[in-house]
Amino acid sequence: MPSFDILLAGIVNGLAAGAVYVLVAVGLTLIYGVLHIVNFAHGSLLMLAMYATYFLFAKAGVDPYAALPVVAGGAFALGYVLYRGVVGRFAHGKDENILLITLGLSIVIDNLALFLFTGDTQTIDVAHAQRMVEFGPLFLPRAKVIAFAAALAICAALGLWMARSDTGKAIRAVAKERQGARLVGIDVDHVFAVSYGIGIACLGAAACLLMPSFYVSPSSGHAFVLIAFTTVVLGGMGSFPGALAGGFAIGVIESLGGLLLGEQLGQIGISLAFILVLLLRPTGLFGARR
Amino acid sequence: MAEPGAPILEVRGLRAGYGAVEVLRGVDLELRAGEVVALLGSNGAGKSTLNNNLSGIYRPFAGSIRFLGEEIAGAPPTRIVEAGLVHVPEGRRVFPDLTVRENLELGSYRRGRAARARNLERVASIFPRLGERARQAAGTLSGGEQQMLAIGRGLMGEPRLLILDEPSLGLSPLLVEEMFALVGRLNADGLCVLLVEQNVVQSLAIAHRAYVLEHGAIALSGPAAELARDPALRRSYLGL
Repeated sequence: MPSFDILLAGIVNGLAAGAVYVLVAVGLTLIYGVLHIVNFAHGSLLMLAMYATYFLFAKAGVDPYAALPVVAGGAFALGYVLYRGVVGRFAHGKDENILLITLGLSIVIDNLALFLFTGDTQTIDVAHAQRMVEFGPLFLPRAKVIAFAAALAICAALGLWMARSDTGKAIRAVAKERQGARLVGIDVDHVFAVSYGIGIACLGAAACLLMPSFYVSPSSGHAFVLIAFTTVVLGGMGSFPGALAGGFAIGVIESLGGLLLGEQLGQIGISLAFILVLLLRPTGLFGARR
Repeated sequence: MAEPGAPILEVRGLRAGYGAVEVLRGVDLELRAGEVVALLGSNGAGKSTLNNNLSGIYRPFAGSIRFLGEEIAGAPPTRIVEAGLVHVPEGRRVFPDLTVRENLELGSYRRGRAARARNLERVASIFPRLGERARQAAGTLSGGEQQMLAIGRGLMGEPRLLILDEPSLGLSPLLVEEMFALVGRLNADGLCVLLVEQNVVQSLAIAHRAYVLEHGAIALSGPAAELARDPALRRSYLGL
C-alpha cells in the first residue's frame, strides 16, 4: 500500500485530469440531453480543436490559454454549421441515422487530419505551464492547476447561463417539449444548432487546457471519447451534475488505478466502475428514471 | 388596440392537412376586434389542424390567413408569435423540467420581453396558484394548474389574439366553470379569443359568434345565441 502522501497526490492528480474529462463530457451530455444525439464525432472534433490550439501556438505563437476564447468560439461556429448543414439535416429522430452521420463524420475528420497533418504526434512546449506549484505536501504542474480551475469555472459559467439566460432556458425547454417551444416563438432548429455548438465549444476549451500537457495526433480524440462516454453513462445520460461527478470520479479512479495496479492495468478501474454502475444503477448516478 | 369591429383574423379558402391527406377543405373564418369566437366540432373535424396552421406549426396547402392585415399563411411560428397570435395548445405543452416562473418567462421569449416583470405580476394576480408555485417544476403541477400555466404563458406574450385549444379538457367541472369565467374576464379586458372547444353549451354562453367545423368545412356559423337555439346543432352536439 502506498503512503498517504502518494495516495493524496494520486487523488489530486485524478481530480485535475477529471476536470478536463468533465468539460468533454458536459459537451457530450448537453448534446445528448437536448438533441437526443449520441455524438460519435465528439473525439474527432476534440482532436481538431487540439490541432487548432497546436497550430496557433506553433505557427502564430499564441499561448494556448490566451487562445481559449478563440478556439472555443471557432469550435462553436463549426458545431453550429455542422449541425445546420449535416447532423441536423440527416439525423433527425432516427437512431440509425444519428449513428451513421456522427460516426461517418468522425471517420471523415480523422482521415482528413491524417492526410493534412500526417500521423505524427505533436506537442507544444509551454514553459510557464510546466512549472510546479506547491500545494501543502504536493507539487503539481501549473498546467494541471490551470486546467482544473478553468474547467470548473467554464462549467459553472455554463450552468449559470443555462439557468438564467433566455437562450439557456430555451435550450432546456426544447429538450423535452419542442411543440410547446415552437408555440412561444422559439426557433427550435436554431436552438438545436446553438446547443450542438456549445457542446463543441466545450471541446475547444478542453483542447486548450489539454495541449500544454498532452500530445495531439489524428487518433488522440479516441482516448478521450471513450472516457467521455463512460463518464456520461456513469453520471446519467443528459445530466449536467452527472457529467461533473462522473468526470471527477473517472479521473480519480484512473489515477488511483494507475497507482495501485500500474499503468498497464490502471485503465481497468474505469471499466470496472462502469460495469458496476450499469449493474447497480443503470440510469447512472444522476440519471432520471424514465 | 384595434377599434371594435376591425378584422383581426381573416381565413379564406384554407386547405390543409398532413402529407397527401386533406383535412381542411376550404375553411372561411373571421374574427373581429373584441370578440370571443367559438370554434366547435367533434373529434376529427379538423379543429387542431386549423389551429396548427394558424400558428404556423404546419403550412397550409392553399388559401389565405390574414392576421391584423398581414398575410401569415405558411409563415414560421416565430413570425406569427411575433405578430401577436399566440396559440395555447391542446395538452398544455408546458416545459416539464422548467419551473413555473421559467415557463412564464419563456412565454415572453419572442414577444413582450420588455414588459416581462409587469406581466409576471399580472399573470400571478390572474392565477394566484401559479404565483404560489413559481419555483416548482411545471411537470409536478396538476392538470388544471398546467392548463393555467399554459394560458399564463400565452398571456406573457401580450397576444393580440389568443387561440385556446380545448382549455377545459380534463378539468373538473368546477375548474371548467372557472376557465370559462376567466375567458370572459380576459375578453372584457380587450383580448380577442378563438375558443376551440367540445364543450358546446358553455362555449356558446361566453362567445359572441361561433363556427361549427364538420368534416373539414364550416357547417354552421353565426351569433352564438342563435347557434345555441339551432335545432341541427342541438341534435348533433347536445343530443337533444
